[in-house]
Amino acid sequence: MTSSTPSHTLVVRVENKPGVLARVAGLFARRGFNIVSLAVAPTENVLFSRLTIVVDAESAPIEQVVKQLDKLINVVEIQELAPTESVTRELILATVQVNDGQEDRIMKNIENFEANILNVGPQRIMVSLSGDVDQVDKFEASLEEFGIMEIQRTGTIALPSISNS
Amino acid sequence: MQTNGGKALMKSLEAEGVEILFGLPGGAILPAYDPLIDSSMRHILVRHEQGAGHMAEGYAHATGKPGVAMVTSGPAATNMVTPLADAMLDSVPLVCITGQVASGAIGSDAFQECDTTGITMAVTKHNFLVSEASEIPQVIHDAFHIATTGRPGPVLVDIPKDLVDPNNPASQFEDYEPSGHNLPGYNPIIDPDPERIREAAELILQSERPIIYSGGGILKARAASQLRELAEMLDIHVVTTLMNRGGFPDDHPLALGMPGMHGNYTAVTALQEADLLITLGARFDDRVTGRLDGFAPDAKIIHADIDPAEFNKVRFADVAIQGDVGKTINELLNALNQLHETRQHPDRSEWKSTVSGWKERFPLVYDEWELGEGLKPQYVIEQLRDLTPDDTIVASGVGQHQMWASQFWHFNHPYTWINSGGLGTMGFAVPAAIGAKAGVPDRMVWAIDGDGCFQMTNQELVTARIENLPVKIAILNNGYLGMVRQWQELFYDERYSEVHLQPDLPDYKMLAESMGCVGIRVESPEEVQPAIEEANEVDDRPVVIDFRTEASENVYPMVPAGKSNSDVIVHPSQETP
Ligand SMILES: Cc1ncc(C[n+]2csc(CCOP(=O)(O)OP(=O)(O)O)c2C)c(N)n1
Ligand SMILES: [Mg+2]
Repeated sequence: MTSSTPSHTLVVRVENKPGVLARVAGLFARRGFNIVSLAVAPTENVLFSRLTIVVDAESAPIEQVVKQLDKLINVVEIQELAPTESVTRELILATVQVNDGQEDRIMKNIENFEANILNVGPQRIMVSLSGDVDQVDKFEASLEEFGIMEIQRTGTIALPSISNS
Repeated sequence: MQTNGGKALMKSLEAEGVEILFGLPGGAILPAYDPLIDSSMRHILVRHEQGAGHMAEGYAHATGKPGVAMVTSGPAATNMVTPLADAMLDSVPLVCITGQVASGAIGSDAFQECDTTGITMAVTKHNFLVSEASEIPQVIHDAFHIATTGRPGPVLVDIPKDLVDPNNPASQFEDYEPSGHNLPGYNPIIDPDPERIREAAELILQSERPIIYSGGGILKARAASQLRELAEMLDIHVVTTLMNRGGFPDDHPLALGMPGMHGNYTAVTALQEADLLITLGARFDDRVTGRLDGFAPDAKIIHADIDPAEFNKVRFADVAIQGDVGKTINELLNALNQLHETRQHPDRSEWKSTVSGWKERFPLVYDEWELGEGLKPQYVIEQLRDLTPDDTIVASGVGQHQMWASQFWHFNHPYTWINSGGLGTMGFAVPAAIGAKAGVPDRMVWAIDGDGCFQMTNQELVTARIENLPVKIAILNNGYLGMVRQWQELFYDERYSEVHLQPDLPDYKMLAESMGCVGIRVESPEEVQPAIEEANEVDDRPVVIDFRTEASENVYPMVPAGKSNSDVIVHPSQETP
C-alpha cells in the first residue's frame, strides 16, 4: 500500500492485556474497516501498549472507526493524527539483487537515500531505510530496477508533533 | 481470610445481588457447582444451555436486573453463542460464567476445550479469561459493571477449572472486597451536553411536523415516564419500535405504535412525512428505515443515545446528544419550558390532524374468518389480549406471530413485551418467558410462539414444570415457517421451498403433557375464549395451547425488502383504488 491511498492515522493506547490485538483486528474485520498498516509495541508504561493504525479512508467513515474502537473496553485513548501535526516513521528492510556491473549504481542509490547496508552476500545486499511513508515508497521504487528479492516494511508508527502535544 | 476461587465466585455473585442463576453443569465448571449448594442463590437447571441464555435475557428484560447464566466449557460455551449474540444486538445486560479447561491445558486441544473468549469476542460487550484465582472477585465486579452501565450488554467470564478447584493450591488466595473498577478505557458518558440540549430544543421549537421516534433505549434507561411527559408536554405523536413496545402506552391518544417493515401505516408514514425526528434510544435499524435513501427524506434528526457510535452510523444526526436518555429528556423538558416562556412553535394542528386521519383510515385490520379456514392468528391474539390482565408479560418468538403480537397486543406498561428484535432468534419465546416468570413470579406470563420456533426450544418446558414456573404458551400453529412462506409467496412467485412443517407433528398437546404441562388444542373460533380462560386458571404448571391457525394468512402492512417506506403495502382491503 502506498502513500497515495487516502488514509487516516490513528494512535491508539490500549491496556496491555492478552487478546487486545485480536479484539482490535477482529473489530476491523467484522465491521469491514480496512487496515493499511498496523504496528504495536509496549509503551513507556508497562500497563499500556500503543498501536499505530493506518486506516483506509475509503473503507469506512473515520468517525465510525474511532467510535467503534472506543467501545472496546481495553482501548484507553485514540488520537487521530493529521499529517501536519504528527511525526510518522516507517522502516523498510530489503534484499536486493546485485548484478555484475550494477554495483556502482546501487551504492549511489543507497547513498542518495542515506539508507543503510545491513548485510552483504554474493550477488545480493540487504539495505534498510527509515523515513516517512513517502520516502520509504520512493526508496522501494528505486530498488525495483535492480531486482527486489525480499522486502519487509513495518507499517507506520506515529506520535503527535511536540509543538502540538 | 483465605478463600478459594469457587467460594469466591459464589460470594462475588451474591455480592452483586444475584438471586437466580440459569445453568447446567459439566466437567470444567464442576468445582464451581459444589459451593453453589451452600449459596443463597437459586439455580435453575435448564435442558439446553441456549435455554439458560435466553432465560437470563427474559429475566433481565422483565426485571431490569442483569441475567446470569453459568455453564461448562466447550459445547456448552458454544451453545451460549446465540443468546450472547441476541443480548448484544438487543443491549440486554447479561453475565455469563463459563468453565474452561485447566490453565495448564489451555491451547492443547484438551477435552471440551474451545477458545471461548475468542469465539465470543464479537458477540459480547466484553469478555474475560481469568488467569489467576485472586482475580475472580474483581473480574466479577467489573463484569456486572460493564454489563449494566452505559449501553448494556452481555459480558462473559471464562474461568479455568483449576482456579475454582479447592483441592488445587492455585485456587487459594487471600479474600478481599473489590473496591471500584480499574477500567481506564471504560467511561460511559451519562450526562448530556447542555449545548446539544439547547440545539435540540431549538429544532423542536421550530419544527412543523415533529414525531418522537422512540426505541429500546427508553426501556433500558427506565425512562418510560419521562418519554410520556415529553410527548404530553409537546403534544407530539410517538412511535415505539419493536424494542420499545410498552415504553409508551398504546392506549394513549399520542401513541402511533410500531413503525418499520411490518409497522402500521400511520407509524411508518408519520416518520416518512415528518420534518423532525426526535430519536430517543433508537438506532435507525434497517427494519425501521426500509431503503435508507428513501427514509424520512425531509426530516432533520435529533438523535439521543448512550452509545455515540450510533450517531451518523446509519443516518446523519443534525443534533447528536450522548447520554442517558432519561436525563436527556429531563434536560430537554427544562430547555423547552424555558423557550416556551418567550416563543411559540409553529401551528401544528394540520400535521396532527393529518396523522390522526391516517390513524382512522388505516387501522390494523384482517379479513374475517370464514368457515373451513384455520383460526385467524390476529383474532387469537386479540382474545388473549382481552382475556388476560393488563400487565401480562408477553414473550414472543420470531416470525409472523411476533409481528402480529407486536401489532395486535395493546402494550400499556413498560417491560411487558419481551422479544428478540435485533438477532431475530427463533426459539427465544419459551425460555425468555420462563426467565421472565422467574424474575416476576406474581405476574401472568404468556409466550406467543410459532410452531417452528416452539420446536427449537420447547424442551425448557420441562425446566419450567420442575422449577415451578407456570408460564403459558400460545402456539400460533400454521404448520409453516410462516414468515418465510410469506416471502416466498410474495417475492418468489409462490414457489414454496422447504417451509412446510406439518401442523400435526409433533402432537403439541401430547408433547406438552409429556413434559408435565397442560396441553390444549383449539381449532375453531368458539373454542378460543374457553381455552384461554382454562389456561388462565392453571397456576401450578405450564400450559400449552396449540391454536390451529390459517396457513395462508400474511402480515400486513409490509414494506418489501429494498423498498422505501413510502411504498408500504397495506392490507388489500385498504388499498387506494
Ligand atoms: C434460528 C433461526 N433460524 C432461521 C430463522 C429465519 N426465520 C425467520 S422467521 C422464520 C419462520 C418462523 O416460523 P414459525 O416459528 O412457525 O413462525 P411463523 O412465521 O409461522 O409465525 C424463519 C425460519 C430465524 N429467524 N432464526
Ligand atoms: Mg409457523
